[in-house]
Amino acid sequence: MGSRASSLLREEDIEEIKKETGFSHSQITRLYSRFHSLDKGENGALSREDFQRIPELAINPLGDRIINAFFPEGEDQANFRGFMRTLAHFRPVEDNEKNKDLTSGEPLNSRTNKLLFAFRLYDLDRDDKISRDELLQVLRMMVGVNISDEQLGSIADRTIQEADTNGDMCISFSEFIKVLEKVDVEQKMSIRFLH
Amino acid sequence: LSLSGLLEKKRSAGISLEFKFCGFFVCESEGLTVKMKKRMKMLLLLGFCCGMVFGDQNRSDPHDQRVFPVLSINYDYVQMPFEVSLWILLASLMKLGFHLLPVLSGVVPESCLLIVVGLLVGGLIRVMGKNPPVLDSQLFFLCLLPPIILDAGYFLPIRPFTENAGTILTFAVLGTLWNVFFMGAVLYGACRLEAGRLASVDLLSCLLFGSIVSAVDPVAVLAVFEEIHINELLHILVFGESLLNDAVTVVLYHLFEEFAHAGEVTVGDVFLGVVCFFVVALGGVLVGGVYGVLAAFTSRFTSHTRVIEPLFVFLYSYMAYLSAEVFHLSGIMALIACGVVMRPYVEANISHKSYTTIKYFLKMWSSVSETLIFIFLGVSTVAGPHAWNWTFVSITIVLCLLSRVLGVVGLTYIINKYRMVKLSGKDQFIVAYGGLRGAIAFSLAFLLSSDDFPMKDMFLTAIITVIFFTVFVQGMTIRPLVDLLAVKKRKQSKCSINEEIHTQFLEHLLAGIEGVCGHYGHHHWRHKLNRFNKRYIKRCLIGGERSQEPQLISFYNKMELKQALMLLESNSSANLSAGVTAAIPRQRSRKTLNISKEREEEIRKILRGNLQKTRQRVRHTHTHTHTDTHRHTHTHTVTHTLSHTHTHTLSHRHTHTHTHTLTY
Repeated sequence: MGSRASSLLREEDIEEIKKETGFSHSQITRLYSRFHSLDKGENGALSREDFQRIPELAINPLGDRIINAFFPEGEDQANFRGFMRTLAHFRPVEDNEKNKDLTSGEPLNSRTNKLLFAFRLYDLDRDDKISRDELLQVLRMMVGVNISDEQLGSIADRTIQEADTNGDMCISFSEFIKVLEKVDVEQKMSIRFLH
Repeated sequence: LSLSGLLEKKRSAGISLEFKFCGFFVCESEGLTVKMKKRMKMLLLLGFCCGMVFGDQNRSDPHDQRVFPVLSINYDYVQMPFEVSLWILLASLMKLGFHLLPVLSGVVPESCLLIVVGLLVGGLIRVMGKNPPVLDSQLFFLCLLPPIILDAGYFLPIRPFTENAGTILTFAVLGTLWNVFFMGAVLYGACRLEAGRLASVDLLSCLLFGSIVSAVDPVAVLAVFEEIHINELLHILVFGESLLNDAVTVVLYHLFEEFAHAGEVTVGDVFLGVVCFFVVALGGVLVGGVYGVLAAFTSRFTSHTRVIEPLFVFLYSYMAYLSAEVFHLSGIMALIACGVVMRPYVEANISHKSYTTIKYFLKMWSSVSETLIFIFLGVSTVAGPHAWNWTFVSITIVLCLLSRVLGVVGLTYIINKYRMVKLSGKDQFIVAYGGLRGAIAFSLAFLLSSDDFPMKDMFLTAIITVIFFTVFVQGMTIRPLVDLLAVKKRKQSKCSINEEIHTQFLEHLLAGIEGVCGHYGHHHWRHKLNRFNKRYIKRCLIGGERSQEPQLISFYNKMELKQALMLLESNSSANLSAGVTAAIPRQRSRKTLNISKEREEEIRKILRGNLQKTRQRVRHTHTHTHTDTHRHTHTHTVTHTLSHTHTHTLSHRHTHTHTHTLTY
C-alpha cells in the first residue's frame, strides 16, 4: 500500500508542498498514504462521503464544519494539495520560523492564520463577522438538544457582549483575536505530526 | 494562724504551676504589640496573687479545715489541648503580624520569617531551661501535611497538568532518581577521600541520605511560588514535580532502609525495588481514585443534609491518605488522586454554600499547617541534637545545586524533542532554581533509627542546613531574579465565557483533525475520555438533572452567579450610585445620557428599589438552582436581564421589571 501510494506522488509535487506548507518529506509521504487510504473511490481526490466515513468525525459535534473546511469554495472534491494546505494550519509553530524573511508571506501555521482558520469555521457566510445566529448554531452543536433556546440565547448574548468593542453586535476577526489573547493558541491548535 | 499557715504551704505548690503559665505567656508575648505585652504582664501579676492565695487542689492538707475553693487551678486537665491551641494561636498571630508590616513581607517570603520566629521561640524556651519540642514525625505526616496536599490536589488546575503530564513525570521520576544516585555516589566518594570522622559512612547510608534530601518539597514550593506569580506553565511544572516525586522518595527511602537493615544487596532486590515503585505509585493513585469515586457517589444523596457535605469531602480524602499509608503506598498521590477524581462530580452535586465552605476550610487548614510547619522547623533547629561537620554539609549544599542544574538541563534536552512548546533557557533556570527542600526531608531523616544509622545527627544537621539555604537564599532571591530575567508572569484572567466557548470549540476541532490524520494523539484520547465520562460516569455519580448538564452550561451558571454576588457586594457600600456604575460589566461610555438632576434622583430611587428586588431574586437563585430544569430556565432569565437592567435606558428598565414580576 505504501509503495504504491508514494509512486503516485511525484517528487516535484512533494517539493512544492514542502515549500508551501513547511512539512517535511517523511510527513508528506505519510499523510499521502493516509489520504490514499481515505480515498475509497481511488480517483485522487476526496469527496464528502469519504470524510464522513471517518468514525471520529461522525461523532464529533463539529464534524460537518470540519469537513467543509477541507473543500475550497463551491467545490466537491478535495485534492491532495488542498488537503495538505488545510492540515498545514495545525503544524506546531517553530522558533526558527520566526526568523524567516517575511517576503514569502506569513506561514500557514502562524498564530494569526490558525485563528483565521478557526474564525472561518464559525463564520459560514464569510462576511468576516460572527453574528448572533452563527454563534447560536455553533453553541447548539456543542451543547446538544437538552438546553432551551432561551438559555442558549442568553449565553450567546453574553458572549457577544463580552467580546464586542465596536458595538455592532457581532464579533469581528480583530475582536476574536483580542478575546483569545490569553489562550495559548500555539499549543492548543497544534498537532504533533510524527516525522 | 490558719490563713498564714495555709499561705506558707500553698506558696511552693502555687509557684510551680505559675511557672508553667509564665512560660507560655512569655512565649506568646514575643510577637504581640507593646500594649498587649503590658496587659499580659498585668494578668501575670494577677495570676501570681491568685496562685499564692488559693493554691493547688491536689496538694491540700487533709487535716486542714476544708475551705470551699471558690477559685482553683487545675492545669493538668486541659494541658494537651491548651498547648496545642496556644501554638496554633501563636502561629496565626505571627501571620497576622507580618501582613501588618508591608515592608517586610514585600522583600522576605513568609516562610523565612516564620522560621526566624521559630528560632526565636525555640531559643526562648531553651533559655527558660526547658527542652523545646521537636517536630514529631508522626504529627507532621498525619496532621500537618495532609491539609496542604489536599488543598493542592483539590484545586489542581487539570488542563495544564494533563497537557504537561509527560514533562512533569519525567522531572519527577527520572530527575529525582538522577539526583539520588549522583548525590549518593559523589558523597560516598567524598567521605572515602576525607576519611577521619566520615569513614564510617557507607554507600547505603549515602544513598539513603541522597534519597531524603533530593526530593523537591511541595510545602516549600507552594510557600515561595505563591508569592511570585510566575506563569502557569512553570508553576505547574515545579509544583507537579514536587507532588509526584513523593512516590519515588517513599520507595527509595524504604528500599535503602531495608537494605541497610539486611546488609546484603542482590540484583533480585534491585528488581523488586523497581516493581515496588510501580506498585507504590499506581497503588496510591488507585486507592485515591476509589475513595474519590465513593465520595462522589455519597455526595449524590446529600441533597437533604447539606450541612455535612463538606465533612464527607474531608473525611474521604483523609481516609484515602491513611489507607495508602497503611500499605506503605504513596499517601500524597492517593490524596491528589482522590481530590482530582471527586472534584467535578462533588461540585455538581453540592450546594453553593458547601462549595464555599470546602474552599475556605481547605485554605484555612493548609495555611495554618504551613505556618506551623515552618515555625516548628525553626524550633526543632534549636532543639538539636546537632553534629556539625564542615565538609559534609558544604559538599551536600554544593551537590544539591549541581545535581539539580545538571538534571534539569539534561532532561530538558531530551524532553524538548517531544514537546510542542519548547522549554527555553529561562524556563529551565526557574525550574532548577525552584527546587526547594523542606520539612518532608527533615521528618524523613528524623524517622531514621539511631542504631542503624549512627551518623543520624550529622544527617539531620546537614538537612537542616540545606533547608535553610534553599528557603532563605533561594526563596529570597527568586523574586528579584524573576523580575530580572523578565520571566512571564501569571496573567490575571477574569473568567471569560468567550475563552471557555472557544477553547471547547478548538478541542472539538483538534479531535476531528486528529481523526482525519489518523493520528491518535492527545486530543483524541481526551475526547474519548470526555464521551465516556458523559455517557456512563456522570450518570452514576451526579444526582438528578445535573447529570445531563453540559460543561458549558454549568460554567455559564457559575459565572452568572459570581457576577450577581459581586453586584450585591459592591452595592452594599454607602454610595449606591458609585457601586452601581462599578458593577456594570462593560464600559458603555458612549451610552451616557445627559440628564437633569430630578431625573437623576428618580433614576437613583428606581435603581435602589430594583436592587432590593434583586436581593430577593438572587436569594431565589440560590434555592432554585437545584430544582428541575423548568425553574432553572426562569432563574436564568432573571439574572440575565439583571445585567441588562443597568445598561438600558429608563423606559426599558420599566418593561423589564414588569415582565419579571409576572414570571414569579
